Amino acid sequence: MTPFLAVEVTYGGEFEGALDNINALFDMPTLVELGPLSINRTILIAFLMTGIAAFLFFRAFKSPTVVPGKLQSACEMVIDFVRGIAVDIIGPVKGPKFVPLLTTFFVFILFMNLAKLTPFLMLPPTSRIAFPLVLAVTAWVIYVSVGIREQGFGGYFKELAFPPGVPKALYLILTPIELISNLLLRPFTLMVRLFANMVAGHILVVITLVTIHVFLYPRPGLPVGILALLASPVVFIFELFIIALQAYIFTMLTAVYISSSVEPAH
Amino acid sequence: MDLVYLAQAAAAESNVGNGLVYGLAAIGPGIGLGILIGKAVESMARQPEAAGMVRTTMFIGIAVIEALALLGFVLAFAI
Repeated sequence: MTPFLAVEVTYGGEFEGALDNINALFDMPTLVELGPLSINRTILIAFLMTGIAAFLFFRAFKSPTVVPGKLQSACEMVIDFVRGIAVDIIGPVKGPKFVPLLTTFFVFILFMNLAKLTPFLMLPPTSRIAFPLVLAVTAWVIYVSVGIREQGFGGYFKELAFPPGVPKALYLILTPIELISNLLLRPFTLMVRLFANMVAGHILVVITLVTIHVFLYPRPGLPVGILALLASPVVFIFELFIIALQAYIFTMLTAVYISSSVEPAH
Repeated sequence: MDLVYLAQAAAAESNVGNGLVYGLAAIGPGIGLGILIGKAVESMARQPEAAGMVRTTMFIGIAVIEALALLGFVLAFAI
C-alpha cells in the first residue's frame, strides 16, 4: 500500500489509516473479551444480519394469509426459488425434503454477503474463513451422510471410488482422483469460492471508496477521483450481482452434491 | 516525488509477484469461461426450450472453472 500513500503525500487528500497489510481490512479489534468466543465487529455484523433475516421470516410467516402481503410474498418467492433448485437438481420425489436446509444456506449466505454493501457495516462476515468453513463442512457432512443412508456405507464408498463403466486398469488412476475430488476438493472449493469472492469484493469496494476519498479534491489528482466516483455505482452493482450469485452457486452446488449421493451415477 | 518514484515504491513493496501469480492463474480460467459461456449461449439460442437445463449446467461449470482462478487469488496472498 506504500504507492497509495505516496500518491496521497504528493497530491494531498486526507487519509488517516495506513493500510500496511491486507489483514488491516479484515482483522477487527476485539470488543468483548471472552477467550475463544471473543466478539468483534465481524461477529456483531453476523449477529445483526442473522437477526434481521430471522425477524423478516418470522414476521412473514407468523400469521400467513392465503393472499400474501408484500413481505410474505417476498419470502415465499425466496423459498419457491430454492424449491425450484431442489426439485430441478435432486428430483421431484426427494428434492422437497432438502428445501429447509438449502433455504437456510441461501438466506444465511445472502444476508451475510449483503453486509458488504450495507451502509455503516460494509464488511461481509463471510470474508473471514470461519464462516465459509463451517458452511462447507456442514454441506460435506450432509451429503456424505445422505449418501451413506441412501446407498449404505459400502455402497456409497464403492460408488465414490469405483465409478461403473470404466476399464478395470483405469481404476489405478481413477480411484485416487475420484476419492480426493469427492471427499476433499468438493468442500474445499465450496469454502474457497465463497471466501475468495467476498475477500476480493471487499478489497474492490474499499479501494474504490478510498480512491474517491483521497483523490476527490481540487488538486492535480482530481481526474482520478472523478473516475473513481463514476466507477463506484458500477462496482456496487457488480458486487450486488456477485453477492446474489455466490448465494445461488453455494446452494446449487450443495444440491448437486446431495443429488449425486441420493442416486448413483449411471 | 513523481511517477518514477511511485514505480520504484511499487516494485520495492514486492507485491508485484503476488499480482503476477494471480494474473497467470486467471489466464486458463478466462479462456475456459469464454468457451463454456459461449457454447451455453449457442445451445440456448439453438434450443430455447432447453434453456433452463443448460443454464443450470452452465452455472455448475462456471463454479468449477472459477474455483481455479480463485485458488490463484488465495495463493497470491498466501505466498
